[in-house]
Amino acid sequence: MSAPRPADPHPETTGTASPALLRDFYRTMLTARLLDEEAVALQRQGVFPAYVSLRGQEAAQVGSAAALDRDHDFAFPTYREMAVALALDVDMVGYLASHRALWHGGLYDPMRSRFAPINAVVGGPVPHAVGWALGERLRGDPGCAIAYFGDGASSEGDVHEAMNFAAVFAAPVVFFCQNNQWALSVPNDRQVAGGSIAARAAGYGMPGVTVDGNDVVAVHAAVREALERARSGAGPSVIEARTYRLGPHSTSDDPGRYRDPDEERRWRERDPIARLRAVLERDGHADTAFFEEAEREAGEQAIRIRDGVSSAPPPGGEEMFTHVYREPTEALRAQQRAWREEAEL
Amino acid sequence: MAEITMAQALNRALRDALHDDPNVVVYGEDVGPLGGVFRVTDGLTAQFGEDRCFDSPLAESGIVGTAVGMASYGLRPVVEMQFDAFGYPAFEQVVSHVAKMRNRTRGRMSLPLVIRIPYGGGIGGVEHHSDSSEAYYAHTPGLRVITPGTPSDAYSMLREAIACPDPVVFLEPKRRYWAKEEVETPVRTAPMDRAVVRRTGSDVTLIAYGPMVATALEAAEAAREEGRDVEVVDLRSLAPFDDATVTASVRKTGRALVVHEAATFAGYGAEVAARVTERCFHYLEAPVLRVGGLDIPYPPPRLEHHHLPDVDRILDAIARLQWEADWVDPDAVPSGARPPASGARRGREVRS
Ligand SMILES: Cc1ncc(C[n+]2csc(CCOP(=O)(O)OP(=O)(O)O)c2C)c(N)n1
Ligand SMILES: [Mg+2]
Repeated sequence: MSAPRPADPHPETTGTASPALLRDFYRTMLTARLLDEEAVALQRQGVFPAYVSLRGQEAAQVGSAAALDRDHDFAFPTYREMAVALALDVDMVGYLASHRALWHGGLYDPMRSRFAPINAVVGGPVPHAVGWALGERLRGDPGCAIAYFGDGASSEGDVHEAMNFAAVFAAPVVFFCQNNQWALSVPNDRQVAGGSIAARAAGYGMPGVTVDGNDVVAVHAAVREALERARSGAGPSVIEARTYRLGPHSTSDDPGRYRDPDEERRWRERDPIARLRAVLERDGHADTAFFEEAEREAGEQAIRIRDGVSSAPPPGGEEMFTHVYREPTEALRAQQRAWREEAEL
Repeated sequence: MAEITMAQALNRALRDALHDDPNVVVYGEDVGPLGGVFRVTDGLTAQFGEDRCFDSPLAESGIVGTAVGMASYGLRPVVEMQFDAFGYPAFEQVVSHVAKMRNRTRGRMSLPLVIRIPYGGGIGGVEHHSDSSEAYYAHTPGLRVITPGTPSDAYSMLREAIACPDPVVFLEPKRRYWAKEEVETPVRTAPMDRAVVRRTGSDVTLIAYGPMVATALEAAEAAREEGRDVEVVDLRSLAPFDDATVTASVRKTGRALVVHEAATFAGYGAEVAARVTERCFHYLEAPVLRVGGLDIPYPPPRLEHHHLPDVDRILDAIARLQWEADWVDPDAVPSGARPPASGARRGREVRS
C-alpha cells in the first residue's frame, strides 16, 4: 500500500466569488461540520445504529450544491452527501431519519427537495441522473441533473454505462466525483487505473476537469460551468473534486487498520473550513463578529436538527405494507392484517 | 376482424400508447429503425420520431438505470431487454432500484415504467436466448410480473402495464410471437393482475402461463380423448398472484398440475403448488404436481425438445394424479388393507 496522491496543496482559494456568497458558503459548511459532529455523537449514544461522516468534504459538497438551479435541477446523492442536502434546504430531520433507521432513503420528500433518496448502492444512482437529464431533454425543459459518486464508485460498470449513455445523447448531466482518496479501506492507486477519473471523460468525448475539492470557490466555479454547458445543450461533463475523507468510512470502520495517521494529519491541515475562514479574514470579507455569529447560528441549527431527529416519531409498522405498490395487493393486505393481530397481542 | 400475431398485437399496443400519451418513450437495443429483433417496435421511430422510440447504447443496466431516472422525472419509459438472459446485467437496477423506489420514498417517487423481456425457449435459439427468468423477478417485492399467452392479452396487458403506476416486468413468450388470433384492437381483456379460465373442465386444473398456455390447451384436448375433463387456468399475472381464481378452480376439480418451461427446482411452480396446497388441501385428491423444464442449463436447440414440457409430458403427469385408488401400489399392500375405490374422494366429502 502506498500513500495516496495528495491534491495540489493550494493554501488559498482560486477563482472569485462575491463576499456574500463566500460568507454563505462558510455558514453552510460550518453547519454541516457541526451537524456531522452531532450525528457522530448520536451514533455513540446509541441513537443511530450507524452514521457516515462527510468530515473534510464540506467544500466539495457545498460548492457543488450551491451551483445548482434550485427550481430546475435535481441531485442524485450517495449516502455521504449530508452537506449537499443541507445546502439544498432538504428537511434535515427527514434526511437523518435514515441514519436513525426509521426509513430507508430518509423521510424527506425527494421530489420537493429536488434531492433523490439517500442511496447506498455504490454507483447505482448514477444512471438515474442520466435518465432524469434525458427526460429534461426530451421534454425540452431547462433542468439538469447532477450525479454524486465516489472514487470507488468510479470502478462500477454502471458509472461507465451512465457516462457513455449521457454522452451519446448529450444529456444535461454533471458527473461529480468526490475523490476522497479512499473507498472504505482501498486507496486510489488500487482503484483508479491511470490515476484520474476526470481523464476518463475524454474517452466519452466530454470535458473532464480535476479541481481542488477543498477549495469551495473552485468547486463552485467548475460545477457552474458544467451546468451552463449542459443547459446550453452541449452535453455532460465530469468533475473530479480531489478531497479527503478525514474520518473513518463509517462509525463501524477502523482506519487504523489500513491507513497512516500521518496522512490524516497532513490533510487535516488543509481543512476546507479553516481555509475558507483564512480567505475571508485575509480579504477583509468577515470580522470576528461574523465568525462568532456564524458559529452560534450553526451550533443552534445543528442542535435543533439533532433534537428533531432524536425525537422524530418512526413511521407506523403498517407503512411497511402501504408503499410497496400504489395500492397494496390482496396478499399484502392479508399479511398486514395478520401482522396487526400479532402486534396487538 | 383480422388475424394478427402476438408480435403485431404488441406493436399496436406500443403504437397506441405512444399516440395516446406523450409521456411514453420506447427505447432499447435495436428497437429503432430495425424495429427490434422480433419486429415488435417496427415502424415506431418512423411514425413518432427519434425522441419517442430510439436505439440506446448496448448497456442493459444503463437502459434500466436511465429508465429509473426518466420515470421519476415524469415520463413513462417502456424499455426492452433484447433477450431474457441479457436482462441479467440490469438485475441490480431492477432489484435494488426499480422495485424499491416507491417504498423507499413512501410513495413520493413512483416509477411508472415497463421492462419488456422476450423470454423462454422453443425457437431454436442459440445459447443465452431461451431462458425462463420469471422466478427471479416474481420473487422481488415491488415488481409486477405479467405474461400474456394470447395476442389479445398481449395488446390489452401491455397497454395496462404502460398505464400502471407501478413498475412492470412484461414477459413476452417469444415462441408465441407468431401465434395468430382474430383481434380487433384496441381490445380490453381481463385486468392484467387476474388469472382467467381458458377452458373449463371438472377433473383437473392445469395451471399455466405465457408460452405454456397453448401447450396446456393442447394437452387438455388430448386428455379429453382419454376421458379426462381438464380445466386450464392462464395465470397472466405471476406477481401478484390471483389466488381467488386458482383456488376456485382447484376446489372444483380437486386436482392441480402446474406447467412451466423454467427449471422445476425452486421454480415458479413451487410457489403455485404451495399456495394451492395451503388453500385447497381438503379438496385435493392428489398432491399438486409440477411439470417443468429439467434442472439443467438451457440445452442446445437439438436437445431442447427433451427439456421443454410438451403434451405427452403433461398427459403423463395427469395420469399420475392418483385417479381412483390406483395410487396405492397393489403389490405392496395386502389385499384386505386396500382402501376402497374412490377413497380419496370420500375423504374429501367427510372433511369438507
Ligand atoms: C455496489 C456496492 N458494492 C459494495 C458496497 C459496500 N461499500 C459501501 S461504501 C464502499 C466504498 C465506496 O467508496 P467510494 O465510492 O469512494 O465512496 P466514499 O465511501 O469514499 O464516499 C463499499 C465498498 C456497496 N454499498 N455497494
Ligand atoms: Mg472514496
